[in-house]
Amino acid sequence: MIQVVSLSKFYGKKAVVEDVSVTIQPRKITSFIGPNGAGKSTLLSMVSRLLDADTGEVLIDKSDAKKMKSNDFAKRVSILKQSNYMNVRLTIRELVSFGRFPYSKGRLTDEDERIVDQSLEYMHLTDMQERYLDELSGGQRQRAFIAMVIAQDTEYILLDEPLNNLDMKHSVQIMKILRRLVDELGKTVVIVLHDINFASVYSDWIVAMKDGKVVKNGPTEEIIQSESLKEIYDMDIPIQKMEGCRICVYFNS
Amino acid sequence: MKIKYLLAALFVLSVASLFVGVSSISPMDLLNIQSEETQIFLISRLPRLVAILLAGAGMSISGLIMQQLSRNKFVSPTTAGTLDATKLGILVSMLLFANATSLEKMAIAFVFALAGTFLFMQILDRIKFKDAIFIPLVGLMFGNILSSVTTFFAYRADVIQNMSAWLQGDFSMIMKGRYELLYISVPIMVLAYFYANRFTVAGMGEDFSKNLGLAYRRIVNIGLILVALITATVVLTVGTIPFLGLIIPNIISIFKGDHLQKTLPHTALLGAIFLLVCDILGRVIIYPYEISISLMVGVIGSGIFLYLLFRRKAYA
Repeated sequence: MIQVVSLSKFYGKKAVVEDVSVTIQPRKITSFIGPNGAGKSTLLSMVSRLLDADTGEVLIDKSDAKKMKSNDFAKRVSILKQSNYMNVRLTIRELVSFGRFPYSKGRLTDEDERIVDQSLEYMHLTDMQERYLDELSGGQRQRAFIAMVIAQDTEYILLDEPLNNLDMKHSVQIMKILRRLVDELGKTVVIVLHDINFASVYSDWIVAMKDGKVVKNGPTEEIIQSESLKEIYDMDIPIQKMEGCRICVYFNS
Repeated sequence: MKIKYLLAALFVLSVASLFVGVSSISPMDLLNIQSEETQIFLISRLPRLVAILLAGAGMSISGLIMQQLSRNKFVSPTTAGTLDATKLGILVSMLLFANATSLEKMAIAFVFALAGTFLFMQILDRIKFKDAIFIPLVGLMFGNILSSVTTFFAYRADVIQNMSAWLQGDFSMIMKGRYELLYISVPIMVLAYFYANRFTVAGMGEDFSKNLGLAYRRIVNIGLILVALITATVVLTVGTIPFLGLIIPNIISIFKGDHLQKTLPHTALLGAIFLLVCDILGRVIIYPYEISISLMVGVIGSGIFLYLLFRRKAYA
């Protein structure tokens, strides 16, 4: 369980994240939604220690994240940011192998190799594992990064807009894999999403943010309601139930 | 580019280098320990070979580490002010500590090399416009500013002539007793290999490094210290060798990628081979005179550098 306790971040006088407290349930997909500039990515960066919070604290299974050794932290929480500009020429397999860095510092054991194989298999990358990252399409590269995070084998996986720049097919593919990570491997996935329908269809829990604050926090069915969405996005969004999914029809509202 | 081919090439060229020169020495002459040929061999030829190998490997590894840490393929001791800062350090040691031993000179040169490189990395952090070509241009300008400061004080102190000996890399002055400082780079290169995986992770960027539990800042600082140490020893003993740290790592990167633990040995070997070829050519072209190594490397290296620039889009 990750507990965020009154976390704030200021840039100058402006609060980007203001007094946010939220609890992330284990073995669930929790989606962060909300308009641009709501502070979702900043919050995720603070939870994963990429960014120092100005006030408040983050508890990972009841222990203070700040006091954990960076190597131990890296074995429990992993993060993938939205822009992964990388100038390093590595093959997919080499990249995924670095997911084992917190465990083996790069000198891979047989166990590490096995986990790397599994991660590649999981992301359907086994056939192209010897290809260099700079020769891949955006979707393939994103899958390679996620495979690295899977190889890192942390209980908590934080993803900042992993569907950015992906086409429909790859977006669905990645969300299905995240679902499997939770259902089959018991991982806890926290994800920032822009497409509200992906959040609706795939997540268990939704946290909605606006202007640096949490405005809604609850199970998916509770948040994907016209009244709640009005509060979050200032839009009248009708909800249609289709094949068991709640779909937000926001295109002409 | 297999490592055994590189080793074979290195061996053949090394033997060739030992037996190319103004006074002809044949392997048979070496059987007589007392002969003049043996003396030349031991005092001049062998030290020259060792110096070339160490300088070539050292400068290439420096470039590789700098490219990885700055995340830019065109950053190297030549294009980041490291060489110019080292020269300034040598001038300071000449002017202020005239009687300094070579180790003391090396320490002062090291401090300047480190400070210069560090300053460049700070500038890099502040530049918002991170274009691949723009960054080395900033580095070259930074280096030129340092260089003009050096020239100014050298001119005032009337040591321009002395300084130009450091400006131009030259192996013809290398002989027994004047190159041993270079051995310092051996343990540093071993250390660089030990840190190779961490440098690779650091090259993926600060966020990636932190995600993988790496102490990013510390690793970057260690890398810069290793680069400054190698550069200081090379410039002090041989002089500046331009472009080497730039082109060798790029060539290896094209063929073998950037997994440092796998590519560091290749980079070191190819650097030594390239320098050896330039040196042998420089000794043969206008025989019995010599073309200085920095001129040879400059001409061949800038050609390769241009080629890399033009094919950049294809892979970088």
